[in-house]
Amino acid sequence: MKMSRRKTIRSLLEGSLFVGFGGLAWSSATKALNKNDLVLRPPGAASNKQFVQSCLKCGQCVEACPYDTLKLAAPNDGISPGTPYFEPRDIPCYMCTDYPCITACPSESLEVSRIQKSTEEEASINNAQMGLAVIHKETCIAYWGIQCDACYRACPLIDKAITLDIDKNQVTKKHANLKPIVHSDYCTGCGKCEQVCVTEKAAIFILPRHIATGKVGDHYLKSWEKQDKIPTPQKDQKQKNDDVQSAMDYLNNDDILNE
Amino acid sequence: MTVKSHRYLIFRRVIQLGLLTLFIGGNYMGWNILKGNFSFSRIADTVPLADPFAVLQMLAAGFTITSEILIGSIIILALYWLLGGRIFCSWICPLNLVTDTALWLRRKLGITTDRIYMPRNSRYYILAMAIILSAIIGYAAFESISPISIWFRMLIFGTGGGWAIVLAIFLLDISVKRNGWCGHICPLGAFYGVIGRWSLMKVKYKHDNCTQCMDCFKVCPEPQVLHIVTKHNGIIQSGECTNCGRCIEVCNDKALRFSVNNFKTQNHEK
Repeated sequence: MKMSRRKTIRSLLEGSLFVGFGGLAWSSATKALNKNDLVLRPPGAASNKQFVQSCLKCGQCVEACPYDTLKLAAPNDGISPGTPYFEPRDIPCYMCTDYPCITACPSESLEVSRIQKSTEEEASINNAQMGLAVIHKETCIAYWGIQCDACYRACPLIDKAITLDIDKNQVTKKHANLKPIVHSDYCTGCGKCEQVCVTEKAAIFILPRHIATGKVGDHYLKSWEKQDKIPTPQKDQKQKNDDVQSAMDYLNNDDILNE
Repeated sequence: MTVKSHRYLIFRRVIQLGLLTLFIGGNYMGWNILKGNFSFSRIADTVPLADPFAVLQMLAAGFTITSEILIGSIIILALYWLLGGRIFCSWICPLNLVTDTALWLRRKLGITTDRIYMPRNSRYYILAMAIILSAIIGYAAFESISPISIWFRMLIFGTGGGWAIVLAIFLLDISVKRNGWCGHICPLGAFYGVIGRWSLMKVKYKHDNCTQCMDCFKVCPEPQVLHIVTKHNGIIQSGECTNCGRCIEVCNDKALRFSVNNFKTQNHEK
């Protein structure tokens, strides 16, 4: 097959345009489809990006889940298509002690090691970090002073993940407010509280941990806690002290006056 | 329409629908025969099977894979090396049900439109792009948008939202381009085509029996692979042949049959 030069150049141009724009459209579509920060993943899941990258979308976890909690995302759900997620208001995670979803996963998306506090300790579903319960106080009727402890009673880690804070009802001046408080050290994000919340739209709901948590940074320390020690001076700081000494030596040196 | 002239077609549909039934039963009824889907599954909760193209994309994206997934993809690769790479396309792929229906409707309604120019080797460029893009963006590029996966997840898990893309492929195949998706675009088919080039099971053509009725060309989804037909004896070497067996069953002259690839005399077709 012989081609004229003009035809060759034309087809090369067409090809590169096709590859260029096609590739651009394809990669941006893939990136857009995979960008889903507001989604709750099964227990033992990797960070969202790593999770999406390693997930084979095979549905083993969905089939292993005895409560039909987990679902595979559809293309129009705004979640990477085919990856597992759950919506606690519908069906929360029941925190099976034998975590069948994690053991069913063939990839590194769900791993038992992520629900172990350390390699020596045994894995426990109570260490799962699927999300964090957040309370909207203005719509929580317990904060209004109406007696409701639905979330507190439903919490599988009652008195650890959710406690009741008791104070005086400022409206009646003679009753108590029993206000639920979430503790992020214990909350697994299972979502049972969100499921049972009695308000029209749940006043307690699960957010992904990276959304619902802050980060202090290294420059604040709890000096009253043993593990938070003031760091020992680093090498470069020592170096600075040496420089001060040499500078002082230089100033005190008689030679400077003779110059 | 006799059973004999549709024996492979019937067998193919039994296998395609049977696998889907096993997967659906595995999901909804808890059958322990085949659990998962076409991306990854386990036979009786032990033997892993994995889509080697998805695994390749994940590796390209810089992701380490577990040994179970690796073993699963090697099993599938070995199976398709034995039976012909694109045997996946015609005997297993659930999207084939859609595209074959389009192909059949085209024939029945006499649609011959071919609105866009697209060479059949486009799919190899798309295959290369899938792997390169996976490496660049760090996600399995085709797996993220694969209409095949969307379709079988719809069937097996009842996840919705994929009708638009499946309908688009159906319409493409029926009114824009014959065999448009499977024969021109699909990088998964292209991947299996590359593997199928050296596979063991092939279709063999016997020139002496052939009466040149051209029936095989009419039914073949990839008619370019039949280029030796009417010319000389040989084995259909192209990896693009899906081993669907349609040519064999429509041939009334016993000129075509399944055979074992003869690697030594590979070049005699030229």
